[in-house]
Amino acid sequence: MSTTTSTDTSAPSGVAGRLRGLTGARRVWLGVALLLVLISLVRVVSGEDALTSSSTFSAALLLTAPILLVALGGLYAERAGVVNIGLEGMMILGTWGAGYAGYQWGWQAAIIGGLLFGALGGLLHAVATVTFGVDHVISGVAINILAAGVVRFLSESVYTGRDDGAGITQSPGMASRPPSFSVPVLSSGPDLLGRLEELHWFLVSDLAGVLRGFTTSVGVLTLIAVLLVPATYLLLWRTAFGLRLRSCGENPVAADSLGVAVYRIKYIAVIISGALAGLGGVVLVFIANIYREGQTNGRGFIGLAALIFGNWRPGGLTGGALLFGFADGLQLRSRSAVVALLLLVAVLLVAIGIWQLLRRRVVQGVLALVFAAAAMAGYLTIEELPTGIVSFTPHLVTLLVLSLASQRLRMPKADGLVYRRGEH
Amino acid sequence: MSPLRRWGAVLLAPAMALLIALAISGLVMGALGVNPFRVLSVMADFGDTPSQQVTQMVAVLNRALPLFLAGLAVAIGFRMGLFNIGVEGQYRMATIIAATVGAAVVLPGPLHVALIIAVAMVVGALWAGIVAVLKVTRGVSEVISSIMLNTIALGLASYLLTGPFRGSPEGASIVATAEIPESGRIGGLNGVFDVLGLANPPRQLYGFLLVAVVVGVLVWVLLQRTRFGFDLRATGLSPSAASASGVDARGMVVKTMLLSGAVAGLIGLPDLLGRTYEYNSDFTSGLGFLGIAVALLGRNSPAGIALAAVLYAFLDRASVPLQAAQLPSSVVTIIQGTIVLAVVVANEIARRLSRRAAERASRQAPSAPVPQAPQPAAAQEVTS
Repeated sequence: MSTTTSTDTSAPSGVAGRLRGLTGARRVWLGVALLLVLISLVRVVSGEDALTSSSTFSAALLLTAPILLVALGGLYAERAGVVNIGLEGMMILGTWGAGYAGYQWGWQAAIIGGLLFGALGGLLHAVATVTFGVDHVISGVAINILAAGVVRFLSESVYTGRDDGAGITQSPGMASRPPSFSVPVLSSGPDLLGRLEELHWFLVSDLAGVLRGFTTSVGVLTLIAVLLVPATYLLLWRTAFGLRLRSCGENPVAADSLGVAVYRIKYIAVIISGALAGLGGVVLVFIANIYREGQTNGRGFIGLAALIFGNWRPGGLTGGALLFGFADGLQLRSRSAVVALLLLVAVLLVAIGIWQLLRRRVVQGVLALVFAAAAMAGYLTIEELPTGIVSFTPHLVTLLVLSLASQRLRMPKADGLVYRRGEH
Repeated sequence: MSPLRRWGAVLLAPAMALLIALAISGLVMGALGVNPFRVLSVMADFGDTPSQQVTQMVAVLNRALPLFLAGLAVAIGFRMGLFNIGVEGQYRMATIIAATVGAAVVLPGPLHVALIIAVAMVVGALWAGIVAVLKVTRGVSEVISSIMLNTIALGLASYLLTGPFRGSPEGASIVATAEIPESGRIGGLNGVFDVLGLANPPRQLYGFLLVAVVVGVLVWVLLQRTRFGFDLRATGLSPSAASASGVDARGMVVKTMLLSGAVAGLIGLPDLLGRTYEYNSDFTSGLGFLGIAVALLGRNSPAGIALAAVLYAFLDRASVPLQAAQLPSSVVTIIQGTIVLAVVVANEIARRLSRRAAERASRQAPSAPVPQAPQPAAAQEVTS
C-alpha cells in the first residue's frame, strides 16, 4: 500500500521492466522475501543466530511499537500540513502521564494518562502553530525543551520525599501489568515454531524465528499499534474527513474555499498526533514498568525519520519503524550480531553498486562499491563493537537509509507552511 | 523614526514576552503549590557580601559565554533559513578532539591555545559539513540528519572517552581525557575587578570572554557588512529571489553550515580552557538546545544573543540556590521553555501588527511609496 502502482502499459522487458510491471503490494512482498533470504544467508555465513532468532524479533517488535506510534502521530500532523518536531516532547509527556496514572490505577489508566498528556503537548503545538502562526520547527523545539522541564518539575513536586523507590527521575512501579498474547499451538503450548527455529535450517528456521518473534507474548499496545496502521490508512484515504485533512496539508487555500474548516482540522490532527506520540511513550513505560527520565532517548525523532523514510504513507512508515526497531532490538540482544549486520550492508551495497553501474551511473555505482568494500573490511576485522558505538546503530541506520532513499520522497505540498486565512 | 521609538519597538516584544512567560510560569508554580514569589526572590538574591555578589556575577558571565556562542552558531543558520539543531553534537565532537590534541602537543603559550581553538573549529565545521553535504547532494532534511548526528556524536564521544582518548587512570570515578598543560590554558580576567574597584572573587572570570567578543563582532561584520553576509541573508529571506540574482544556493548551504559548525566548535572551550582542562563524562551538556532558545530570544543578532545568553545564564545560576532553599530547581527549565514559546509568539504578533500598519498606511496614501516596515528586526527575521 505504500508504493504507487504502475500505469505503464508498454510491454515490459528485462528485469527492470518486469519489476515495473508488478503491482505495489507484490513488489513489497518480493522485497521482503529477498531480504529474508539475504538475512538467512548472512546468518549462516556469519554464524550469528541472533540475527533471525525469535528473541531478537520479539524485542524488535516491542521496540518497533513506540516508533510506529510516534510515526503514525507524525503522519496525522504532517498530512494536515503541520511539521511536528515536538513529537519527542509529546512522547516525554506521555511517559510521565503513563507513569503517574499507572502507579495509581493500573495499566488501563496508564494508557489514558499517556494519551492525555501527549494530547496536551499536541494542543500546545496547535495553539502556537495554527492560531499564532509560529514557525513549526521552532514551536516543536520549544515544546521539546519545555516538556523535559515540565516532567522534571512534576516529578519534583509529586515524587520527592518518598520511600518506594520513586524520586526526581522515576515514578513508583505500575499497579498492574498489561496483558500480552501468544498464538496457541504455534508459539505456545507445543510451540511448533520454536522447535523449527532450533533446528537452524537455512531459510526455514529463519522464517520460523521471525514468525515466532512476531507471535510470542505480543503486548496489548503493540497489537493496538499494528491495528492502527490499516485503521489510519482507511481513515485518511477512504473517508471524507481524511480527504479534508489531507487537503489541508496539500493546498489549504483551496480547501478553505471549498468550505473545509482548515483551522479546526489542523487542531484535531495535531492533537491526535500528540496523543499517539504519548501512546508511544506508554509503550516504553510498559516495557520498563516505571516512568524513568530520559526513557524516550530520542525515539520521537526516530519516529519522525521513519515517517519521512516511509514517504508520508502508513505502509512506508511501518517499514521504517520495523527497520529501526530491528536495529534497536539487535543492538540490545547481541553486540556481535551488529557486526554481522555489516556483512548484510556490504551485500546490499554491492547489489546497489552493480545496479547503478548497469544503468551507467558510474559515480554512484563506484561509491556504493567502495562503501561495500569498507563494510566488508569492517566485518572481517572487527570482533565486537564497543557499547558506545553500538548504542547509535538505529540512528546510523536511519541516516544511511535516508541518504540513500530521500530523493524520491514527496512531502505534503503545504507541509510546514504557516496558513493564515485570507492572507493568500 | 527617532532612535528611542525604534529601539522601543525592537525591545517591546521580548520584554512583553518575558513578562507573560513569568506570569504563566508563576501560575503553573502556584497551581502545584510552589510560591512563585519565593522562587523569584531566591533567584534575584546574589548574596550579602560584595565578594559573594561578584562571585555570582562571575558565575552568570561564565555560564553566559558558552550560551552566547551556541546562540551565535544557531543564529548563523537561522539567518539563512537553515535549522542547525546539530550544535549539540558539533560541540561535543569538537571539544573532545580539541581536548585530546591540546593535551598531546607541547607548544609555546599563545600558539598552543590557538591550535586548540583551530582544531575545535575545524572539527565542529566538519561535523556540520556532513549535514550540509547530505542536504545538498541527497536532499536529506537538515533537521533530521542533525538530530541523528547528535546521538551519533554522543555515542562516539563516549566511545572515544572510554577507549582511545582515555587519559585518566583505570578505576577513576570520572573518566576523562589527559589534562591540557599550562601553556594551553587561558587565564582568568579577574584583574578587571581590581581596576573597577570591586571585590576580587575566588572564582575566575573566563579569559575566553575576549575570544567570544571578537567572534561576536566578526560574525556581525561578516553578516552585515560583506557580500557573503548579504547573500546569506538574502537566501534566508527569499531563496528563489536570491538564486534568481545569481546566488549559488547549494554553495551557500555548505558555507553557512561550515561557518555555523565552526562557531559551534568553540562552545565547549570556555569551560575546557578556563576550568576543567580536560573533557570528561561530566562535561557541560545540553548547550546546543539552549542555543536555539537563546538565538530565538536574541532575534538572531549578536547583541541580542548576548543579552539573551546573560538572561538564560542568570536563570541557570538560580538552580543551586533554589535547591538549597528546598524549592524545585526545575522551575528554571520551565521558565526558560515558556520564555521561548512566548517570545516566538510575541515576535509573530509584532510582525503581523507591523505588516497591518504598513498595509493601512499604503491604503491611505496610494500614491506615496510604500513605507518601510517600522521594525528593522522584523525584516531581519528569516525564521518567519
